[in-house]
Amino acid sequence: MSFIATPRTMHFAQPLPLQSGAQVRDYTLAYETYGTLNADKSNAVLICHALNASHHVAGVYEGQPKSEGWWDNMIGPGKPVDTNRFFVIGVNNLGSCFGSTGPMHTHPDTGQVYGADFPVVTVEDWVNAQARLLDALGIEQLAAVMGGSLGGMQALSWTLQHPARVRHAVVVASAPNLTAENIAFNEVARRAIVTDPDFHGGHFYAHGVIPKRGLRIARMVGHITYLSDDVMNEKFGRELREAVADSVTGYRYSTQDIEFQIESYLRHQGDKFSEYFDANTYLLITRALDYFDPARAHGGDLAQALAGARSQFLVVSFTTDWRFSPARSREIVQALVKNQHAVSYAEIDAPHGHDAFLLDDARYLNVVRSYFDHIDTGARP
Amino acid sequence: MTNDLLNAIAALVPAGSRVLDLGCGDGALLAHLQQHKGCTGYGVELDDANVHACVARGVQVLQLNLDQGLLSLFEDQSFDVVLQIDTLQHLRNAEVMLRETARVGKTGIVAFPNFAHWPNRLSILRGRMPVTKRLPYQWYDTPNIRVGTFADFEVLAHKNGLRVLDGFGLQDGQRVDTWPNLMAGTAVFRFAGSV
Repeated sequence: MSFIATPRTMHFAQPLPLQSGAQVRDYTLAYETYGTLNADKSNAVLICHALNASHHVAGVYEGQPKSEGWWDNMIGPGKPVDTNRFFVIGVNNLGSCFGSTGPMHTHPDTGQVYGADFPVVTVEDWVNAQARLLDALGIEQLAAVMGGSLGGMQALSWTLQHPARVRHAVVVASAPNLTAENIAFNEVARRAIVTDPDFHGGHFYAHGVIPKRGLRIARMVGHITYLSDDVMNEKFGRELREAVADSVTGYRYSTQDIEFQIESYLRHQGDKFSEYFDANTYLLITRALDYFDPARAHGGDLAQALAGARSQFLVVSFTTDWRFSPARSREIVQALVKNQHAVSYAEIDAPHGHDAFLLDDARYLNVVRSYFDHIDTGARP
Repeated sequence: MTNDLLNAIAALVPAGSRVLDLGCGDGALLAHLQQHKGCTGYGVELDDANVHACVARGVQVLQLNLDQGLLSLFEDQSFDVVLQIDTLQHLRNAEVMLRETARVGKTGIVAFPNFAHWPNRLSILRGRMPVTKRLPYQWYDTPNIRVGTFADFEVLAHKNGLRVLDGFGLQDGQRVDTWPNLMAGTAVFRFAGSV
């Protein structure tokens, strides 16, 4: 069993101006910390989460032995990101549904639940909110910022928005922006949610319903893209859930019953997800993914966008990840190299698709461990 | 990489150079160049264990497959020195890589086992493929998919319009300028692209 983690919250009374021009007035961020902040506050590592994760990065909650954080294999005492050396911070992003202010909370101006009125937040907005949390914790500079997927986008953005505050950035299974195909997958998920009759234009809370059908389908689509063809075939193949005894093929010849195991698995994943994830949050977070594109303000020139970064980088990708493919990570590497920034890049030959960034692969974990072993816990002048 | 080879190559790299080491192995040469000559730059390596070894010793490494033409990632003339130490003999597209080396680097340094070294010739005369300290593999399990000689490289360099700035043999840690094609187990060339 892992160590005991304690969730905390921090309240911010000062409005956060957003990229869109809107603002979030009066908000709370949920966060957790592991390890001990050293005397000169130079050993802090910020972990940024992806679509459906939270500030609960590592450890378990008191009395809940199975409540491991989503990156518990990566972070903890003696783990690749060793909390005996580093002070690790996990923070739940604004608009999420795990404790930080989000669509299911009350809008301070109207006294009504935000619902669809929660402002659109971007990766850049999240980074600014995270920076305020660091301010409140008295941390001027991070030893490292780290994230996978959408979390990797935040890590990358940190080095551009607050270059002096980051010494190292670890960007895993990420991309400098989403491709059209990737936006397309997000749009399918969003349409599934928005067209669910229980969505009520995003104000379903008032109707006492949840657009579970939409959330289920959104999750099913997403889940497919996080796996690889090979892994899915290996795990499920064409296996039937329950072969019919008196049929030669075992098929039940039904269009609507569950026939194949993969269907059963996806429905189960969808059901589970729809029980705990907020529909408006799903829309917000997929939009943040779509909008992220630091090169956009530089005429599409990523190298120019990354010119001002001052941190050292570790970029990691996985060969079978087709949602955030190695080619996308190599674009980041290329832009860093063009700027002569310090960067190492590991392309891990793992079978698990995008999900590999959360799984145990000795090559992956060892590279991250060795990289962190070299991170100085003294501040950069 | 033997210490002899490492030291001989390091001696060819000017202090403070920006270096790209293609097929950098465990990063020993780059680490040496960083620590003793104030060089900066990256290694390129395919093997997982080697990539880890580089990260573990603080050498910046990029895990790329050179046979997939990924040198396009690097800008023209963006490095002072591009190294290909015992790499050429493992590459399918060795000729393309040579041209790319000259494109990316202001100078290139190549070292590879010289198949025309006399013990190898002797072995071939006896009708057997050589197995030596420099070429320790049996013909059926060698990772070297190419064998070439000092003289062969001069022809290839000429064919690709490369200017050979220096070419010599290396044997027992000593520079060999007399009959290197016969007398040296390792061929070393320093070259640049045509102006």
